[in-house]
Amino acid sequence: MSAGETTNILRHWRSLEEREAGAAVPSQRPEFAPGDELLPDSLDRRRFLQLMGASFALAGLGACTRQPVESIVPYARPPEEVIPGKPLYFATALTLGGYATGVLVESHMGRPTKVEGNPEHPASLGATDRFCQATLLDLYDPDRSRAALHLQRIRSWEAWVQTLEPALEAQVALQGAGLRILSGSSSSPTLAAQMQRLKARFPQARWHRYEPVSRDGLRSATLAGFGKYVEVRYDFSQADVVVALDSDFLVSGPGCVRAAHDFMSRRRVRDGQYGMNRLYAVESTPSATGAVADHRLSLAPDLLLGFAFGLGFECGVIGTGQVGPFASGDLHHWLNRVGVDLREHAGRSIVIAGDETSAELQTLALAMNYYLGNLGRTVLVSEPVEVEPVSHVGSLRDLVQDMRAGRVEILLILGGNPVYDAPADFAFAAAMEKVPLRAHLSLNEDETSELCHWHLPMAHELETWGDARAFDGTVTVQQPLIDPLYGGKSVHELLAVVTGESERKGIDIVRRTWKERLGAVDFEPAWRRILHDGIVPGSAWPPQTYVFQSDWVTQFCLALVRELIPRLERKDAGIDLVFRADPSLHDGRFANNGWLQELPKPWTRLTWDNAAILGPKMAADLSLKPEDVVELELRDTIVRAPVWVLPGQPDGVVTVHLGYGRRRVGRVGKGTGFDAYPLRTSAGLDRAGGLRLRRTGERWVLASTQVQRTMEGRNLARQGTLLEFRSHPEFAREAGHGAPPTESLYPGYAYTGHAWGMVVDLGACIGCNACVMACNAENNIPVVGKSQVQNGREMHWIRIDRYFEGDPENPQVVQQPVLCMHCENAPCEPVCPVGATMHGKEGLNEMVYNRCVGTRYCANNCPYKVRRFNFYQYNDRDTEVLKMLRNPDVTVRTRGVMEKCTYCVQRINQARIQAKKEERSLKDGEIITACQQVCPTDALIFGDINDAGSKVAKLRQQPLHYGILEELNTRPRTTYLARVTNPNPESGAPPEPRHGGPRGH
Amino acid sequence: MSQLFHHSTNTLARVSIFGAVFLVAGFFGVVTLLDRSTYFTRQTEVLRQPVPFSHDHHVGAIGIDCRYCHTSVETAAFAGVPPTATCMNCHSQIWADSPMLQPVRDSFRTGEPLRWARVNDLPDFVYFDHSIHIAKGIGCAECHGRMDRMPLTHAASPLQMRWCLDCHRHPGDRVRPRAEVFNTKWEAPPGAAALRADLAKRYQVTSMTDCSTCHR
Repeated sequence: MSAGETTNILRHWRSLEEREAGAAVPSQRPEFAPGDELLPDSLDRRRFLQLMGASFALAGLGACTRQPVESIVPYARPPEEVIPGKPLYFATALTLGGYATGVLVESHMGRPTKVEGNPEHPASLGATDRFCQATLLDLYDPDRSRAALHLQRIRSWEAWVQTLEPALEAQVALQGAGLRILSGSSSSPTLAAQMQRLKARFPQARWHRYEPVSRDGLRSATLAGFGKYVEVRYDFSQADVVVALDSDFLVSGPGCVRAAHDFMSRRRVRDGQYGMNRLYAVESTPSATGAVADHRLSLAPDLLLGFAFGLGFECGVIGTGQVGPFASGDLHHWLNRVGVDLREHAGRSIVIAGDETSAELQTLALAMNYYLGNLGRTVLVSEPVEVEPVSHVGSLRDLVQDMRAGRVEILLILGGNPVYDAPADFAFAAAMEKVPLRAHLSLNEDETSELCHWHLPMAHELETWGDARAFDGTVTVQQPLIDPLYGGKSVHELLAVVTGESERKGIDIVRRTWKERLGAVDFEPAWRRILHDGIVPGSAWPPQTYVFQSDWVTQFCLALVRELIPRLERKDAGIDLVFRADPSLHDGRFANNGWLQELPKPWTRLTWDNAAILGPKMAADLSLKPEDVVELELRDTIVRAPVWVLPGQPDGVVTVHLGYGRRRVGRVGKGTGFDAYPLRTSAGLDRAGGLRLRRTGERWVLASTQVQRTMEGRNLARQGTLLEFRSHPEFAREAGHGAPPTESLYPGYAYTGHAWGMVVDLGACIGCNACVMACNAENNIPVVGKSQVQNGREMHWIRIDRYFEGDPENPQVVQQPVLCMHCENAPCEPVCPVGATMHGKEGLNEMVYNRCVGTRYCANNCPYKVRRFNFYQYNDRDTEVLKMLRNPDVTVRTRGVMEKCTYCVQRINQARIQAKKEERSLKDGEIITACQQVCPTDALIFGDINDAGSKVAKLRQQPLHYGILEELNTRPRTTYLARVTNPNPESGAPPEPRHGGPRGH
Repeated sequence: MSQLFHHSTNTLARVSIFGAVFLVAGFFGVVTLLDRSTYFTRQTEVLRQPVPFSHDHHVGAIGIDCRYCHTSVETAAFAGVPPTATCMNCHSQIWADSPMLQPVRDSFRTGEPLRWARVNDLPDFVYFDHSIHIAKGIGCAECHGRMDRMPLTHAASPLQMRWCLDCHRHPGDRVRPRAEVFNTKWEAPPGAAALRADLAKRYQVTSMTDCSTCHR
């Protein structure tokens, strides 16, 4: 091993152990350990041989059996447009926190099987996030509630209506004073109209809103800043400098898919174009956005507020100043440079504070944008997207007070799970028990359903009619892809009973809204067009020029500074606890979704659990190791949690993710993680001070994928700065490990036709995991469970490797999606004894499942570790409802079979057949793999490398282009573009690790 | 010490050693034959159907085009088995009271689909596409045989991979003019080799033998 390689090993590390060892630590388990194929209960050798002999004989004979007779079941009367075997696509929208992402859903004979982004929709542009992909598994969740329950006994929907209607009649006389409705955020015009009708019938009734992942900070900042609730949205395509204050804008929050697309569109260095935006991330918890940042600074929440306050001074916000550690020293200089950068790009910059952060931080961010002249340019304000915005904590507090006082007689909870996720100090469950009639409409029976008289099954978004606005106000009318599987009802259908309107069916309720809006004349063509396109034309809110109340902001800042200085200077500040929505489970609503549970989270690569996340220094001080169980004590509440030590976590800050530890949940979410909500009070939904940690001596095993499948520390994920790139464009190619030997015993392949290949742009990858989810859905990839992930047996065909670099307290992160390389000289092919993995004429490395006998030689010989083996029958073949989920174009694999990325060969074949039928050649861009289609930043590009005009062929000519492990002469078809960062060239002494020189030199 | 075994034991031993080879070979031979037999492939087996539908009558005698019922054969992977409504186009008028058609009428009345037994059944890990074969000038009869002479339907081909590959390796030998694809009676004229070569060129028929052509 050369000296150059040694430095690389030290430069890139995946865990703290690796960094200390100074070399790649082999994963705790080899990919295939002896006895891996045995069942957990041990067998002795004799018994094993007997069983194997018997199964060999049976398998041999089994191959000779006659196939069973299957049936063909045609329609009795065929529906319009359905051609068996050909999917149809319908435009609709999926919402999270009330904000819509427009999608096209693939339907195979009435079964939705895949979600794709709607290219026409502003929040999607053809891509989606991980939640949209995972929603199918929620739809087909076998644990969904299947019937209305009254006191845990099965009743009908009609019985519920018969209970509700007399109760409502009684309320009419009281003008509905005892009627309360609790729901999450909504942007639905139909819901708005229904709420108006509700108010007309029950003027005294109240509609409360609560989303546990709170945007209250932003709401109250806009209320203060503009005198009313407004929508703030960002145009990242126009921003040269972005400062993210505890903001994960690339992968979470409204419009994140669009934000990622626009942001990354300004970071392409191609063909002599060197223009790049610059991202500064200052954060109290490492986020996916922070991983992408050119400069990242970890600060405890108070310090972060102090930083924002100081940055406000740089931006000319009157009333701000640089106090505490920001008045001088390293932090001051760093802050100063960010300030200069912002001022130099006034009007072309964005300061964005995270959705979940406090009103103070949001107000400062808004003020900075105002003083920088960004308002109206990169930061746009418009009418609010939410229907009747309101402070959610305030709204829930009012409800709890009313319930305690006995003023609530009917409580209807539309979705959500407040018993589980309401602030702990509200004691929501106790207050709710005083309500004489309470009902909960939800997808699953959960903690809240348990304590309600009535539980009503809710229809999934893919089962209902509805409408919703995107982050910019664009409306999509949601249409159902399938009838409700379990007779669920939508929010609109339940509200229709309450308002007493004549339309009771979802479609009629929604059509009424749109008839009123579009006019009865020519309604049908317009309605059909809206449904077809998935957007209502011209419905985006135009940007407004509301007056910014700068005087108020000045007063606010002057008040803040008095409070801030003591907070910054306090020495015994203790430990801060930061709450964050889980990157996979959000607020807990996805707890029963196996795809999301098994998705490795950015930074920690944890699956199936949350953890108390500490920085390395703090862990060392407290002599805590990963997986040690600690007691988190906050104001007499104690929660036990396993520790995860994360490089980049600020010192003195413990982060916990919400959404785990559900008490009443389906079989998937049971026993995963710990519940952090008991620690979270209305006084600080984003954070709390004064946390005490106590070690318990116990251990809790966590399944993290961070050190699995070691690549022996080679320099695989390559990056350099913009300056390095300009002076030395081919740095990535030269950072390899020598040229491969070219001589071979075998003749090469000719590849006269197409030659499929993929280029992965590391500079564009934000590690959002959407590709992993899309691949799961497209390729029928099974969920394996926590214990199997611990053994390194997760089945994802595409994984995102994460490497740290630099100082463990504030490392830089490189993320690298790795999928099958489809090597031209594939090491897996010659070792297969049964010809189950073969080389195609177009360079595809093909898997023939029916030939595979499970020797695993191929995976052993694969240097990229991209092959996955079905150790057990991972694919659930028995649960009926899950059969509806499967993509009929891809084989469902069984136990004992190897599998891996196929470049979505089913899509290649379909496109090829189509082109051949039309007697034309395949066009570039006609074949889009599932991962490419979902990627918001176009980080994955697939195509024909023999076609010189194709995108992928052009990318392969870029100076940044390189292949990994090319020195083995594998000739990979999946190759990479090195990442280029754009750090501030004004050198100084930043309090963050320096970027290294060109890699590999 | 006297010999334990008689001289003839040597012969016996020799015979049984050679015999074992033949026995093993014979066993595998029988298994192979069985595997290829029509018993296993169900090639000639007439499956029990809800209605004894006769292609011989409908195609051969009446002359209904394949595509009247198998509507998606030119556009989709699946040729399509007609919905009950298609049967009733005629059978609401003719043979409207036939007891044989009672299941059809029941299905039409109740909306409960007919459950036909699948005659040509490929394994689930094989993905076959009718439309591309039609487009390339492969006649229905190449795989399905003379449907116009089948009173009760049975498979005409073994549908084993060997059989698929026979054609996939030399597809040009099976091409016919596109106009004749649905003509079950078409027979190659004398000197068809030249015609087929010409058609294969015009239709851009290529040999597709990559595994992923059918397996994915």
